[in-house]
This record gives sequence, C-alpha cells and structure tokens, in this order.
Amino acid sequence: MPSVMLKKNTEGKLVFYVPKKDLEEVAESIEFDKPDKWGGEVLLSDGSKYYFEPMDEQPDFPITLRAKRLDSGE
Amino acid sequence: MAALTREETEALIQEVLEVYPEQARKDRAKHLAVNDQSVEKSNKCITSNRKSQPGVMTIRGCAYAGSKGVVWGPIKDMIHISHGPVGCGQYSRAGRRNYYVGTTGVNAFGTMNFTSDFQEKDIVFGGDKKLAKIMHEIEELFPLNKGISIQSECPIGLIGDDIEAVAKKANKEIGKPVVPVRCEGFRGVSQSLGHHIANDAIRDWVLENRDGDDSFPTTPYDVAVIGDYNIGGDAWASRTLLEEMGLRVVAQWSGDGTIAEMEKTPKVKLNLIHCYRSMNYIARHMEEKYKIPWIEYNFFGPTKIAESLRKIASHFDETIMAGAEKVILKYQAEYDAVIAKYKPRLQGKRVMLYVGGLRPRHVIGAYEDLGMEVVGTGYEFGHNDDYDRTIKEMGNATLIYDDVTGYEFEEFVKRVQPDLIGSGIKEKYIFQKMGIPFRQMHSWDYSGPYHGYDGFAIFARDMDMTLNNPCWKQVKVPWKKDESPSIAIAASA
Repeated sequence: MPSVMLKKNTEGKLVFYVPKKDLEEVAESIEFDKPDKWGGEVLLSDGSKYYFEPMDEQPDFPITLRAKRLDSGE
Repeated sequence: MAALTREETEALIQEVLEVYPEQARKDRAKHLAVNDQSVEKSNKCITSNRKSQPGVMTIRGCAYAGSKGVVWGPIKDMIHISHGPVGCGQYSRAGRRNYYVGTTGVNAFGTMNFTSDFQEKDIVFGGDKKLAKIMHEIEELFPLNKGISIQSECPIGLIGDDIEAVAKKANKEIGKPVVPVRCEGFRGVSQSLGHHIANDAIRDWVLENRDGDDSFPTTPYDVAVIGDYNIGGDAWASRTLLEEMGLRVVAQWSGDGTIAEMEKTPKVKLNLIHCYRSMNYIARHMEEKYKIPWIEYNFFGPTKIAESLRKIASHFDETIMAGAEKVILKYQAEYDAVIAKYKPRLQGKRVMLYVGGLRPRHVIGAYEDLGMEVVGTGYEFGHNDDYDRTIKEMGNATLIYDDVTGYEFEEFVKRVQPDLIGSGIKEKYIFQKMGIPFRQMHSWDYSGPYHGYDGFAIFARDMDMTLNNPCWKQVKVPWKKDESPSIAIAASA
C-alpha cells in the first residue's frame, strides 16, 4: 500500500509519484475519471497497475493517496 | 583520442569489473552503464541509491552531511548545533563555501561550529541535559540568533536521546524556533536521506509557522529560489537575473537564506528548484499543501539559462515574458564574447564528471556551450529520477556510473583519457598526479559563482585556466614522454 503523490502535468495528464521508490510516471489510463466518480485501476506508462478506492468526486490535485499495487509490471 | 564506440565502452566496463569477486561484480555491474538515449526509464539500465559494497572506496557522505552540511547549514541566522562528538562538526566546518551577508558571530553563524562535544559520560548518562544547557548558553552569548537547529550525530540515535522533548521545552523557554533533526549519520545509504530528513524537519517545524498570518504583503510575481546553496555566490548570480526579469525573490533556500524567508515561502506563487535531489521533497509538499507549483531550472551556461528563463516566464504574464527576453538580450554581447574568447581554446575537449546529485547533468550544457563534450558522468547519491533526467542530456555511448568506486573511476579515466575531470576534493590529487587537469565541481575549486551569465564567464575562464595550464606539460618525466604521446595534454596553451 504505497503512498502515492498525484498531480496533473501541463498536458492535463495524471503524474504518479511514489517517493520511496523514486517512481515518477505518467498514468496512461484511469478506470473511472468522471466528475462524479474517480479511481479504480490506474495503468502507468511503464506497464505497472495500481488500484485506488473509487471516490464520489474528483480529488483536489495535487494530493497524496494510498494505492494498492496490482502487479509488478516489467 | 577518438570517442569510444558502444561496444568498446561495454567492453571497458566488463574489463573493469573483472577484478571484483563474483558477488561484488554482480552488484557493481548494475551501477555501470553505457548511455542509450532511446531508453525512457533509467531503471532499465542503471541501479542507484543502494548501499555501497563493503571494501570498496566510495565517495559518499552520510545523512548528517546531507542535513547539516547541505540543507540546514547555510541558513545563516540560525545556530546549528552538531549534537554529538566534536569531530563531525569541526571537520566539516566552513568547507562548503556557502557565502552569506552578515557579521559572523553576531547576526550570522554560517562558518562557526557549535557542538555539544559529547564525552563518555554523555553517552552513558544521555546528553539531553547538556543540550538544554547549551541552548541557554547560546541565547546568552548570541542573542541575535533567530533560531536553533539540533543536528544529530550517530550517537544520539544509538543511545536514544529524546531531542524532540528538549527542543519543545527550549522553544517555550526562549521563544524562538528550535528544530530537532534526526539526521544521524548511519541512516540511509548516503547523504541523500539526510536531505530528505532535513526537508521533513523543515516541513514539520518551520513551514507552518506563518500559516494564517497574512501580514506579509505579496505580489503576483513572488518566487522562491530553492536548492541553491550560494556556493561561491551562486545564488546571488541567479537572483539578479530573476529580479531583472521582474520577479520578486522572496526566499533563498538555503544559501544566504534566513529562517524568516523559509517561513514566508508558502506565500509565493512559484517555487524554482535548482537542486532537485536535495529539495524536491519540500517542493512537492508545498505543491500539495499550499498549491504552489514548482519547476526545475538550470542556470549553467547561456543555452540552458535562456531556456530556463523562458520556462520560468511562461508561468507568468507578458511583462515577465518580455522581461526574460530583455535579460537574455542584455547579456548576449557579454556571453557571446566569453564564448568567442574561450571556445577556440576549449573546442573538442572531453570531460568526465562525477559529482553529487545535480551537477552531473546540469553542467553538461555549460560545457557544450564552450564546445566541450562530456564523455562520462555519474552521481554519488542520485536516485533513479535523476538518471531519468540525465539520459537525455548525455550523448549516446557515453559512460554512466553510479556511486563509482575509487578503483573504477581511475580505470575509466586511464582508458577514456579525458582532457578534464570535474569531481571532488578526494579525487583531485589522484588525477592531478596522473597528469590530468582537474576541477573541483563541489566547491568550484575555491572559485565561483558558476550560475547565471556572470558565473558562466568565470566558469569558462576557470576551465581554460585549468585545461591549458602549461604545468601539465611538466608532469611526465622526460624519458617517458615519448611512450604515450596521447597524453600530451593541452598542447595548444
């Protein structure tokens, strides 16, 4: 359950940062990315997948959230 | 000597690794790589921020060095107690050349060493009482100090002193910020964790001090310069450029900085990060808590300066953007003259770097402006995100080495035969004795500043002065001169 710092970059894409691992990746896709529902599976550009508990509203980026790691990727 | 091809460089790494025992070889192999610009992510080709191998000569420092020496030390109006035995503070005292304005011992304390000078009895019975006493002594002797930080040395963590409790009590008694920093030297694998701990201490004990206090008048053009330690006056050379383009620099972290500036930083509009490695933590925190965006910039060499000034200006309105162009134009004649003078003398020279956490990639642009080529680079304590940023800056098939050992570095230099090496004091005399020009890139070899347009002129002069110094012709004894003509360095001088 790593803490993940999330922010939007200048292109409006989600940037994923895990301080302990120096992992800085752009999120390729998010399962739910609507104004009234956000979260679910997030696929990073390096192929690894994380899971966020879905929320009822868009979080206020930048924000630190707990994520679950689904697979290790390559 | 011509540049090495990819295969030759790979062979060189294998050759160097051969002397190690199997286990060490396997580990070290992960830290050495041939640069490949097509790789997006550095973790595919290089491992970093891992514990050094026992028995090899590493060049790293400790967490205390990262906190006291780098992040906290330059804050000039605070007193930084090196809490523990006397050596750690005394042998690192004033060596980093972070310049400041102020009267030392009266209202600035940068080059002084304050220590609790632990004796056996303090280890046995604990040093908390001594620490409490020291703080009152400090208040009496140096009443103009604006705060105290307690920089733990190894024994503090080992004997389990409660410096936080002492700090809280002292804070109430003397009414100034007292910051305990848990930066015991044994923590982490290098000074890098010390930076992180120091950033966290700033976050927990300093940054919120003025939350809810709006008495400080702000402007839309407020910025903070973060991660510039004013080595040889670097931060001043950077600050003038930012001010000339119309921005207001509210805080300098931490070269020539004060605690009041740090407390005001949450009020700025944009954080400018120079040393990403040591201060990105606090920038990320401020982004999350105060919604202050941050950007990295690079003030080494005119190409990168112009790029950075424009990037910074793009976060503001047209007046600042026009200001940036004006600044670039204003200095153009100056830096064109510098390039015209030194480029013919330095063109085509090859450089190898091995520095701390930022310069291995940041100075590449400055060398390229002078027509020089960086053929090898590496970090003492960089992490993967640093290497991510380095791969694009370096040429293809160049050497990248992480936490290089003394042996590896020497062997690489013998084979690559660079015309100049930029590294630290511990490497300096070895390579000078090998007859290779050397610049200390941690403290600018007692020169500086190197940041900004003013700094670039000094940088170019220093590189020329070192490289083309006639002394290098005298290093080889006459009867050996003919054997290796490739080392006839600086023949053009």
